[in-house]
Amino acid sequence: MSAVPAATELAPTDSRRPGWRAWALLAPMVLWLLAFVVVPTAILLVYSFCERDEVGGVIFTFTWENYHRVFDPVYLRIFVRSVYYAGLTTVICVVLGYPVAYYIARASVERRNQLLLLVMVPFWTSFLIRTYAWITILKQDGLLNGLLLSMNFITEPLGLLYTPTAVVIGLVYAYLPFMILPIYGSAEKLDNSLIEAAHDLGAGPVRAFSSVIVPLTMPGIAAGTLLVFVPAIGMFAITDLMGGAKVPMIGNVIQNQFLQARDWPFGAALGVIFMLMFALTYVILQSRGARHAT
Amino acid sequence: MSTTPLAMIEIRAVTKRFGRFAAVDRVSLTVRAGEFITLLGPSGCGKTTLLRLLAGFETPDEGQILLDGMEVSHLPPYRRNVNQVFQSYALFPHLTVRENVGFGLRMKNVPAADAGPRIRDALAMVSLDEMADRFPHQLSGGQRQRVALARAIVCRPKVLLLDEPLSALDAKLRHTMQLELKHLHKKLGLTFVFVTHDQEEALTMSDRIAVINRGQIEQLGDASEIYHKPRTAFAADFIGQANLLNVTVTGRNGTTARVRLDNGLELTVAAAGLPATAKSALVSIRPEKICISKQRMDSENVFAAHIEEEIFRGATDQLRLVTEQGTKLNALVANESAMQEAFHEGDRVWCGLHLDDVVIVQTD
Repeated sequence: MSAVPAATELAPTDSRRPGWRAWALLAPMVLWLLAFVVVPTAILLVYSFCERDEVGGVIFTFTWENYHRVFDPVYLRIFVRSVYYAGLTTVICVVLGYPVAYYIARASVERRNQLLLLVMVPFWTSFLIRTYAWITILKQDGLLNGLLLSMNFITEPLGLLYTPTAVVIGLVYAYLPFMILPIYGSAEKLDNSLIEAAHDLGAGPVRAFSSVIVPLTMPGIAAGTLLVFVPAIGMFAITDLMGGAKVPMIGNVIQNQFLQARDWPFGAALGVIFMLMFALTYVILQSRGARHAT
Repeated sequence: MSTTPLAMIEIRAVTKRFGRFAAVDRVSLTVRAGEFITLLGPSGCGKTTLLRLLAGFETPDEGQILLDGMEVSHLPPYRRNVNQVFQSYALFPHLTVRENVGFGLRMKNVPAADAGPRIRDALAMVSLDEMADRFPHQLSGGQRQRVALARAIVCRPKVLLLDEPLSALDAKLRHTMQLELKHLHKKLGLTFVFVTHDQEEALTMSDRIAVINRGQIEQLGDASEIYHKPRTAFAADFIGQANLLNVTVTGRNGTTARVRLDNGLELTVAAAGLPATAKSALVSIRPEKICISKQRMDSENVFAAHIEEEIFRGATDQLRLVTEQGTKLNALVANESAMQEAFHEGDRVWCGLHLDDVVIVQTD
């Protein structure tokens, strides 16, 4: 992605300036991005200022009406809830994923590959099937309740499914690998002598972790946060299936506007705001990352 | 066993195994307070493992390590009053020079009012006061080396461990740093344990050298002793250059003895340490001890040879000599000035050798 802006910085006579070969190699990707990212985003932006007719068509005018509706308390509450669930998911993923990633990164090379394979095994099964599996685990007469009842931990089955808890469990389950892999990536590069140096200079395990290991694996944590938070906030399948549509997140609302409600302009406005939020998160994380790098 | 009051480090019969391989094999060593001791050996000899045992990164399988009279064998590194300069420097990339140097003080909860001046002093000691706010990646190799040094001494450890700290520097800088380290050692009065595979570095810097081979100390002594009186073939060969020759004792005459090389050349040597007549031994002759001249000289051992090969090495010329009997010897002569005799390939020369310069390194 950086190849294009970098090219403009080179002097015209610079022999390293990308020639037609470089452009030929880049062309498929540029066309792809143009057709499936830039153009749709532009359409979305245009639609977000339009009006809806009675049958769900789009009337091309200019109005801020859709954006006013976005900031209606009903939708704001859903936005806040989405941020909260996605944030909670991200935090839980960091807490669960970090030790796993760190352990894998410190293991011997052949063991590392086995463990990484285990992290990725869930991807071999369809995401929907895995989510349905969670339903059979969590439902009223499901596996978990059955187990807890038979062990006499509880007397009444727990109402887990179709609650926010179920949604967060589903989100954490779905996105944990996306937290583990980038943290693994940066932990694996961590020079062991830095940890030894920390110990040598009097840092016990906890302080070596907090003042050397965490700062040096921060790029992985930041990348993982981005990879988990962004998709989690827009997820609608898990909230539908495991939340029983009782705890809608922003993804569900947008999906609804485009499908059931047939209010494309409003859905588009939600989408635009949503994208701006991502962009903001990204910029914040980037600038923090840049501060660490210099 | 009693501890002498001056012993800073006492290693007692320490063994460290990795799997079935004993990296350190029943090593005992006592280091005096304030001493500069070098662990010298080829890679894989166990010198680094020994250093890591002192630092606490490894724990011994057998034996004990005492630091200033206190048993530390199983103490973790953060509870030992030693600091290490790492081969890769291991500077924290996310911290500035000042924060790197202050790291140990922060971990020991030294108040900032105390830490500030100590960090400044340590940086001044390695002449890096100007660089305090830079990050490691903005420094040259030599500067990083100094930061690593400052970071290790700022905590005022009892022992400073140095793991081949100069190996990544270029030759010129290495020489400067050698001297600086030596001065720092004098100024601080700390006990230095220095690990290197570079024999020249060891000879230049150390009070004593422990020559390590296959997990064991082959010889322990000061630089001159190690160089002039190597006790094993390994020590003779590893430190400096050596002509290692098999000899057979042919006869004794008071304090001297005659030995014969495998292909006939006879030499007069000191009798001390030689085995009985007809037994064989291995002797070491340093190349620069062979005196060479166009004229026949007066010496215990004089023999004729011709120069088979001459290698120009700057300040010295390395000559490959072949004696009349066919023995091949390496000799080193100062590169001739116009005042001296010049030696060239094919020349016939006389070689002289003092009997004390033939050192017995191994007997059957």
